[in-house]
Amino acid sequence: MALSGIQIYKMLPQTNCKECGFPTCLAFSMKLAAKQVELGDCPYVTDESKQQLAESSAPPIRLITLKGKDAEVAVGNEVVLFRHEKKFVNRPGVLIRVADTDEKETITAKVEAATAYIVDYVGLDLKLDGFAVEAASGDAATFTAAVDAVRKSSNLPLILVGNDPAVIEAGLTVLDGEKPLIMGANAENWEAMADLAKKAETALGVEAGTLEELAELTEKIQGKGVEDMVLHPTGQGMSSSLALQTQIRRLALKNFRPLGYPTIAFAGSGGNPAKEATLAAHSICKYAGFVVLDTFSPELVYSVLVLRENIFTDPQKPIQVLPAIYEINDPKPDDPVLVTTNFSITYFSVANEVEGSGLPAWLVVADAEGMSVLTAWAAGKFDAESIAKAVKQFGVGDKVSKKVIVLPGHVAVLSGELEEELPDWEIRVGPREAVDLPGYMKSALT
Amino acid sequence: MSIEIPKDKWPGAVQTVTLGATAEQGGTRTKVVTIGGEQTLPFMHFESETPNRPVIAMEMSSSRPGGWSQVLQDTWGDVLDDPAKWAQACEQAGAELIVLMFGLTDADDNPITPDFAVQTVKAVLEATGLPLVVLGPGQVDIDNAILVPIADATKGERLVLGLCEEGNYRTIVAAAMANDHLVLGRTPMDVNLAKQLNILMTDMGLPRDRIIMDPTTGALGYGIEYGYSVMERLRLAALQGDAMTQLPLMVNPGFESWKTKESKVGEGVPDAWGDWAERGVHWETVTAVSLIEAGADVVVLRHPDSLTRVKESIDELMAAEPV
Repeated sequence: MALSGIQIYKMLPQTNCKECGFPTCLAFSMKLAAKQVELGDCPYVTDESKQQLAESSAPPIRLITLKGKDAEVAVGNEVVLFRHEKKFVNRPGVLIRVADTDEKETITAKVEAATAYIVDYVGLDLKLDGFAVEAASGDAATFTAAVDAVRKSSNLPLILVGNDPAVIEAGLTVLDGEKPLIMGANAENWEAMADLAKKAETALGVEAGTLEELAELTEKIQGKGVEDMVLHPTGQGMSSSLALQTQIRRLALKNFRPLGYPTIAFAGSGGNPAKEATLAAHSICKYAGFVVLDTFSPELVYSVLVLRENIFTDPQKPIQVLPAIYEINDPKPDDPVLVTTNFSITYFSVANEVEGSGLPAWLVVADAEGMSVLTAWAAGKFDAESIAKAVKQFGVGDKVSKKVIVLPGHVAVLSGELEEELPDWEIRVGPREAVDLPGYMKSALT
Repeated sequence: MSIEIPKDKWPGAVQTVTLGATAEQGGTRTKVVTIGGEQTLPFMHFESETPNRPVIAMEMSSSRPGGWSQVLQDTWGDVLDDPAKWAQACEQAGAELIVLMFGLTDADDNPITPDFAVQTVKAVLEATGLPLVVLGPGQVDIDNAILVPIADATKGERLVLGLCEEGNYRTIVAAAMANDHLVLGRTPMDVNLAKQLNILMTDMGLPRDRIIMDPTTGALGYGIEYGYSVMERLRLAALQGDAMTQLPLMVNPGFESWKTKESKVGEGVPDAWGDWAERGVHWETVTAVSLIEAGADVVVLRHPDSLTRVKESIDELMAAEPV
């Protein structure tokens, strides 16, 4: 967390020389705290204070970027505990784990499928971020072959998992010019792991069961010159992991540097996708920087990636589409007019259904400040007046010959008022949910 | 290195609410459910004990529900035609609470009558010893017409009656007060609207230990983040001492997730959506677990597999570490 004006003031010369352009050092420090001036404007600040102030302006949770062959994933830089305070900044990386004891064909098939995975969600392409390769064999040659197999099937960033530095180092030989995460360093092997991370310029995962052990390790490893670290709190069970993740986030936001790194959570439960879904949801909601799944199955990955998208949406700015009239399946003047709001989830639900039905329609998207139909209606942002306004503004009457307009079923109550607002139009009430639109269009509109 | 763990000390606490009444307490339930009482954010056991675990309710209907996903219909089978059997099946699946929803019509497509509603509630109460939440079809006049006689006919059971919304809370609150029941207040995803409704209901003299609030949520992919943040903000306000937000939270991941296309439709969807039945259960469990992390005291589910999975998560989240 940034320093307050008073804290900064204590580090200034306190001579009120005015050379910075402000009448007092206190006034200058307030401007500094608000990030409206530069520390360099003070000619007399000591080097020691400069260093302290520079440290305090660093983000409380370090940004860690992993690089694969042609893709990157960046996590960290978070500044809040709750998403309503300020947007969560970087979506957690979601990766799939393979073990070097798996058959090569199994690894290749899994990695190829997961790399090719892409799913459309409200017009966004959601994808996975990479793979964790585990040195379960403990054998350098076996591990290297597995890393090589993964790398030949995917260009995404990698995490190399194992506690034997020699084995990890062997695996790294396959990854030229990349920045993987290697893990993990623990109380026994930290020195060799830190040397390796330093030499190979990788990020280093640090593992321990308590905050004290984690903090001691990161300080020692930082002393070895490694800056990019990822914390792996190894608590057992969801309660313990929630406590540790929350405490790490809280301490980091209080500028406790030894824990100012993103975290990693392994949601794999011996390949039980039922449990992986709940553990991944838990980790995405509560502060993991990387989430590693064991199972690659489309239905699991889809739900996890959508949750990540939802939780990391900016709460101040609902994702919106432009209010306009959208033409779906080349509508003609005698095709029906549907109405909805400009909340992007709402728009895409409706547009995808109409498109999928193959039936042409005009879709009027009214400006409801990015709210869904029910929410906008309850907030008074989607009413007969605003719908009529959109119909007139977009010149809908000039585009169609058959003046039939279909309201979402959730706002059936508006039909009377809308008739008054749009006396030339026939108002009909459609289904409540977008998923029922094709059936409604086929039976009621054709 | 010794680290001082930052602990929140909150001045406020969530109201404790008990659903259902045993014979000794004036009802006929064999089990009651107590929720609320939190003095910290969810599962912060290192700060304070979490006195009551989140509860899983199963949703059932007064007659076979028209729009339910085929996945759910195949899972439950014939019990969907018999509310008493359905309630028993919910209990066997591990439900701790039953939510009985009335549709606008009965199995023969006739509009529901107060008499039908009372008989259905009685049949469910006889079939299961679990506490019961009874929800009208959501049209003010019909809700009032059935909920008042239901409240009268089940005096002392500590049922939860709903939905109380701004338009109809008076009738339902009065019926609940006269017959020792509780009410469920629903407001559309907004902290202030939720507070406002609680103020209106308590102003009528309804004690706070007989109110549960449903702040409304969206499903995964369909606005869950709005419900999630409203719940986190309500819980923070409660802990900070705002009395009109200090009520337990009940939300409907089952209803919300099973109306999404992901859960409802199996044909003609992208391959990237994967297996239909499993996707439906993932959609419901991911929605439910996320909302539990945000402070839900009751999650209402529809699929028995979701219940098993969510219960396992609650077991883990409730396992307190040494303080």
